[in-house]
Amino acid sequence: MKARPADRIFFGFSFGSAALIMVILAAVALFLIIRAMPAIVANWQTNSLLTTGPTAGFSSFWAYVGPLLFGTLWVSLIALIIGAPIAIGIALFISHYAPRRLAGILGYLVDLLAAVPSIVFGLWGIIVIRPLLLPLTQWLNDHLGFIPLFAGQASNTGSTILAGSVVLAVMILPIISSISREIFLQTPRLHEEAALALGATRWEMIRMAVLPYARSGVVSATLLGLGRALGETMAIALIISPSIGVSFKILTDGSNAQTIAANLALNFPESNDLQRSALIGSGLMLFVVSLAVNFIARWIVSRSTPGRPKRQRKDGRSAVPSNATSRVDAVALGGASVSGALEGEYE
Amino acid sequence: MTAIVGSKASTPRSGNPGPIPNSLTTGQLPKLVELYVGVGALLVVGGVMLLLGFNVGGWIFLSIILYLVALGVLSSIAENRRKATDRVVRSLVVIAFLLALAPLVSTLITVIYKGIGELTPDFITKTGGAAFDPATLKVTITAGALQAILGTLIITGIAALMSIPIGILTSIYLVEYAKPSSWMARAVTFLVDVMTGIPSIVAGLFAFSLFTIIVGPKAFSGFSASVALSVLMIPIVVRSCEEMLRLVPHDLREASFALGVSRFSTIVKIVLPTAIAGIITGVMLAIARVIGETAPIFVAASFTDNLNVNPFFGPMQTLPVLAYTGYKFPGQDIAASVASSWGAALLLVIIVVILNIIARIVARAFAPKGAR
Repeated sequence: MKARPADRIFFGFSFGSAALIMVILAAVALFLIIRAMPAIVANWQTNSLLTTGPTAGFSSFWAYVGPLLFGTLWVSLIALIIGAPIAIGIALFISHYAPRRLAGILGYLVDLLAAVPSIVFGLWGIIVIRPLLLPLTQWLNDHLGFIPLFAGQASNTGSTILAGSVVLAVMILPIISSISREIFLQTPRLHEEAALALGATRWEMIRMAVLPYARSGVVSATLLGLGRALGETMAIALIISPSIGVSFKILTDGSNAQTIAANLALNFPESNDLQRSALIGSGLMLFVVSLAVNFIARWIVSRSTPGRPKRQRKDGRSAVPSNATSRVDAVALGGASVSGALEGEYE
Repeated sequence: MTAIVGSKASTPRSGNPGPIPNSLTTGQLPKLVELYVGVGALLVVGGVMLLLGFNVGGWIFLSIILYLVALGVLSSIAENRRKATDRVVRSLVVIAFLLALAPLVSTLITVIYKGIGELTPDFITKTGGAAFDPATLKVTITAGALQAILGTLIITGIAALMSIPIGILTSIYLVEYAKPSSWMARAVTFLVDVMTGIPSIVAGLFAFSLFTIIVGPKAFSGFSASVALSVLMIPIVVRSCEEMLRLVPHDLREASFALGVSRFSTIVKIVLPTAIAGIITGVMLAIARVIGETAPIFVAASFTDNLNVNPFFGPMQTLPVLAYTGYKFPGQDIAASVASSWGAALLLVIIVVILNIIARIVARAFAPKGAR
């Protein structure tokens, strides 16, 4: 078959689009670096543009970004500690406990959480989560205040790291649970039935057959959830009342750690040019960190696939479903499940 | 279809209780024991808390703990420890699921309750802002979101116009042209993965940096925000289209090639029409996803109270940013700012819901014939 002109032009366009993606990514990194450079090399102690406003009192760019980076990781970590077990529980419920007829609908409901804009969760956090957590905050502070985590002056407003993390946890639920669910469903049926036939209760079956099989997938799902939490801006900016610094306290509103994204959203409008460069520099760090987290997550997925050749050969499936990561994007980024809407079209 | 693995494997516990005492069901708790214990725990904790001071969060939290402990103890006495663990885990898993539904329901109720009063015809058709009357020295505040609605539509529209063709063409390249093992295909797949990991605010910073370098310091514009949204939208479109194109059976392509049809015509006349439902659904969901993005628009297009429909010049207001600034950077009348912020949030949720519904309808309506 000879290539006709239309054919060649069309190929050119599609190849060009694919190449454009490389260009865009390179441009993202490049322009961020160019724009961040002035603040990174500037002298933070003497430059009058930097000694006022939100950047005052920092000796260098790294002294400014360091605590922010810590805050970002700290808040995300707490969100993950709250959210990941719940998300895995949801995934187990939908894959192994819920009535079969309802499972699809219930899964869709959880995926809907991903469709709610983050700003709406932020507003909801302000008026629902903050007051809801106040009694718990007070109680933890009174009775467990000797633990550094719960120390300090308990907040009266509720603008705490705890409140922000709870909202963040809600936002990462759909990602973690949808990928985990997909992986739980891939457990070889024979393993499960063998466990049940040997007299295992349902939980024992899950512990012995499902969880070992899904472990690496669940770990990478959790990491992808972390990746989402790192970049989340609005909920944190609206809820937590921040001060840049390294602090492990989660119940105060005076000495909360601040995240990069929230700091950006709060200070960007009123900053001068060099301060904006500093903010862009902090964004660059956020970019690097979340890329690293995503890489690790995807590396775990790809490593676990060929890592279990025996199982793969037996039932013709890979340990982690090949569409697991694409579901991350379809579900977590695309709102609700695309494949869910069209599943089974050609079956 | 989502198959529930193992659900068939569990045989119903309650066999027919025949005339002979059934040894299979002795030593078991009644079927609805979870329900009884749950209601009991709620009542007990509720009663105690009514005496000591009541709050909803604490009530539910303590009830859950009492319920789990009571169920565990009851089951380990009447049954055995293994069954007790099983029951407790089952309850934990159900509670986890309900915990996830609570925020969804609570968010929707809150947004509707707070925003519905704000959603007047004036809010949708008028430009909001404060007007100072020098004669009476009074500041009159008009609640209105027209500037934000138009801004959202323009910015998202341009972003969609840029990312949909790029996304679809890239996925066509990946599925139809490139060999999966070629370095280009692997690189692009990898980079699309990388792009999905870009935090949304970083996309905004990229657009801002790009335009300050090109245009100069006053770089806020709607188009800049569209570029930021495109960075977020392209990978979503590529992913979903790729998935849909891969679903098209190879037989169709081979049949077409066998008839001597060129690759271009095969793609345009055979592959795309077959996958069109999925592609439209994916695109709709991608739009629904980026339309609610706040941070990148806030950074790239800033915010304003003025009506600006020129995407290439000056700050532009959008619904998510209105919701954010109404709370964080309120005007003179703080109550009005907060109210308009809720109105914007509700409007945004309505738009997202509509887009999701359209996506579902399209998926049903355009599904290939004979599929169901």
